[in-house]
Amino acid sequence: MLEQLEGSQAVAKAVALCRPEVISAYPISPQTHIVEGLSDLVRTGELEPCEYLMVESEFAAMSACIGASAAGARTYTATASQGLLYMAEALFNASGLGLPIVMTLANRAIGAPINIWNDHSDSMSQRDSGWIQLYAESNQEAVDLHVQAFRLAEELSLPVMVCMDGFILTHAHEEVDLPTQEQVDAFLPAFVPRQVLDPAEPVTIGAMVGPEAFTEVKYLMHAKQVLALDSIPEIGADFSRAFGRDSGGLVRTYRAEDAETIVVALGSVLGTIEDVVDELREQGVKIGVVAIKCFRPYPLDDVREALRDAQRIVVIEKAFAVGAGGIVGQNIRLALSGLESRVHDVVAGLGGRPITKRSLHALLADALADRLEPGRLHFLDLKRDVVERELERLRDGRRPGPHAESILRDQGIVAARSH
Amino acid sequence: MVEQRIKHYQTGTFVVGNRLLDPEQRSIQARMERSNTLTSGHRACQGCGEALGARYTLDAAMRATGGKLIAANATGCLEVFSTPFPESSWQLPWIHSLFGNAPAVATGVAAALKVKGRDDIRVVGQAGDGGTVDIGFACLSGMFERGDDVLFVCYDNEAYMNTGVQRSGATPPAARTANTKPVGDEPGNVFGQGKNVPLIAMAHEIPYVATATVAEPRDLEAKVERAMEFRGPRYIHVFVPCPLGWGSASRDTIRLARLVKETGLFPVFEAEHGGVVAVSKIRRRVPVTDYLKLQRRYAHLFGESPRTDVIERLQAGADRNIERFGLLATEDEGATLPGVATDLAGESVDEPLRPVDTEAESNLMRLLSETHGSPR
Repeated sequence: MLEQLEGSQAVAKAVALCRPEVISAYPISPQTHIVEGLSDLVRTGELEPCEYLMVESEFAAMSACIGASAAGARTYTATASQGLLYMAEALFNASGLGLPIVMTLANRAIGAPINIWNDHSDSMSQRDSGWIQLYAESNQEAVDLHVQAFRLAEELSLPVMVCMDGFILTHAHEEVDLPTQEQVDAFLPAFVPRQVLDPAEPVTIGAMVGPEAFTEVKYLMHAKQVLALDSIPEIGADFSRAFGRDSGGLVRTYRAEDAETIVVALGSVLGTIEDVVDELREQGVKIGVVAIKCFRPYPLDDVREALRDAQRIVVIEKAFAVGAGGIVGQNIRLALSGLESRVHDVVAGLGGRPITKRSLHALLADALADRLEPGRLHFLDLKRDVVERELERLRDGRRPGPHAESILRDQGIVAARSH
Repeated sequence: MVEQRIKHYQTGTFVVGNRLLDPEQRSIQARMERSNTLTSGHRACQGCGEALGARYTLDAAMRATGGKLIAANATGCLEVFSTPFPESSWQLPWIHSLFGNAPAVATGVAAALKVKGRDDIRVVGQAGDGGTVDIGFACLSGMFERGDDVLFVCYDNEAYMNTGVQRSGATPPAARTANTKPVGDEPGNVFGQGKNVPLIAMAHEIPYVATATVAEPRDLEAKVERAMEFRGPRYIHVFVPCPLGWGSASRDTIRLARLVKETGLFPVFEAEHGGVVAVSKIRRRVPVTDYLKLQRRYAHLFGESPRTDVIERLQAGADRNIERFGLLATEDEGATLPGVATDLAGESVDEPLRPVDTEAESNLMRLLSETHGSPR
């Protein structure tokens, strides 16, 4: 049924339809509305039976999820940004133990400087934590991916992170088609844990493993992620049959058939990018889009297939590896190794800076005219005067003070120093 | 006073041997039906207090729950020596996740059991002192505050033994560890404010808090059984000597655990809903030097130029505990047991412990019953 809903409320309702038995969460913007919604549903008895744990940190949130999942409960949490980092140790533990926990990540920047707005620094920082990472483009897809995520997690006994852009999606009111309980129950079978803490059959979970078997345990983690490369499209196809719409999968292409230039991105920015591509297509530009729907496991073959005929690839990513370059870009180059195509890494939308059609048009005009220097990391809408002034201060040799404060002072946002 | 002199099964200790007790009074460890929760073959050091503490505790909890028990274990010696892949010494469902999250993992297990309607299965969380008073402290406090149905047990050996004997928040003043070496003007660990987690647990007003040592298994077992009578968060802090980390003889583990109580350095008590309800009295008060001298971690206090100033400060701490918790037994509580080596007026009779072979059973039995046999 179509409803006009805030993204967070839609996700809360979708998660509730999946009948989680234990929810453990700690508040952090912009995730809060999701867990508040679930808290309401537990309190009113609409989601029942379910234990909602209000823990004292994200580290405890994930740890309680680990305990609950190991004891055989379908388990869910949500977080963002610093919260994801604070649970980092437990993230690796959940995946290492093979526990099918589902988490929503309301993507948000990581400080310092502290910033509550959207980018992908948080999920990208944990890309190698052993969690499956799915990226939603819209609120409808966020809803659908959660339903798929529980099935995927439990089929493979692996944790799944559903990434949705903070504020841009979580706080956007959109029309969403929420499935019915009957539909979800038919799609998502009851949780049958692969391993469970049960006094009737005592097992040791989390034993110490030395050099004699550690490699094999880690290999099996990798093997399960590789299996997910098959499961994700299968579950996506099943979902399409059951719900009548396409959501999820590994990679999606848009007007890419004959494209000489392809823009690659993840998440909600794809909508804007597709609008720009439509406009360029009207001008006769052979340009298309490849959406990475699943970043871990990395669908290397699918990416290569989708991009193999493009001469020019512009990767727009909302995070980067400081001192190294683009993260998604590196993965794209890996998929294209041996091919002639040029890959440009463009960092955009950091800390919530809007990625506008105008900026994208300017960027793509440069790319199409081969004005983007290959091999360099590009920053969309970088204020050059600001960084040059700061770099000048560094060269002065005087104590420059915190960058953020200097920049804000230069822009007249904070008062000049009194000394 | 009526006294019945009996010969001890374990000479040199103050524990009545099991052979001398009615079968019903025997420790769980002495029973045929004990569950051997932490079974033999593990790789703990000889004389490990933590292995004993865990065994006493979990076997008692298994008995109290009819074997329906799940344990969440922090990283540390107990985890490492019990589960070298592909072996496990655990004969109960057991999970190890991380160093600092055992209380939260236990919370999650308890939540899963609750949602599944399995209130017959109970949950124990356990950690060493590092995993409890330091890195796991926030999770522990959160678990207490929420009222989760978890018994958390800290096996306190007063330092990070698993990583090579570094100082923890539970390391006592003046103790030598790998990073509080006896160099400089202030040898050993500093005299800090201390971090008394039993008292902090009591400040959460949780249903049950107790301290115990591995010197008195029946006392520890009784406390575990009592703890399992409550729902909600419960905390037991067990003093477990570490021969490796303390530089003590493996054979002295039980002796040290007894002396720490008899000096007053480690008050043994029970508290319910934030108030102390029972104290295990000192039966034969001894000076702290009796305890300190058995451990190389305090050797720097007794060298060619003894640090009497430091020893006096440690004694003052013990004296304060004795006063604060009312640890001294009165005469009719057994203070004048034969073999007392300390002048109760405060003059310490600094002589080494001698094995004694007699004791008044009637007094002992009464003390035991007052300590953990109070009205239930």
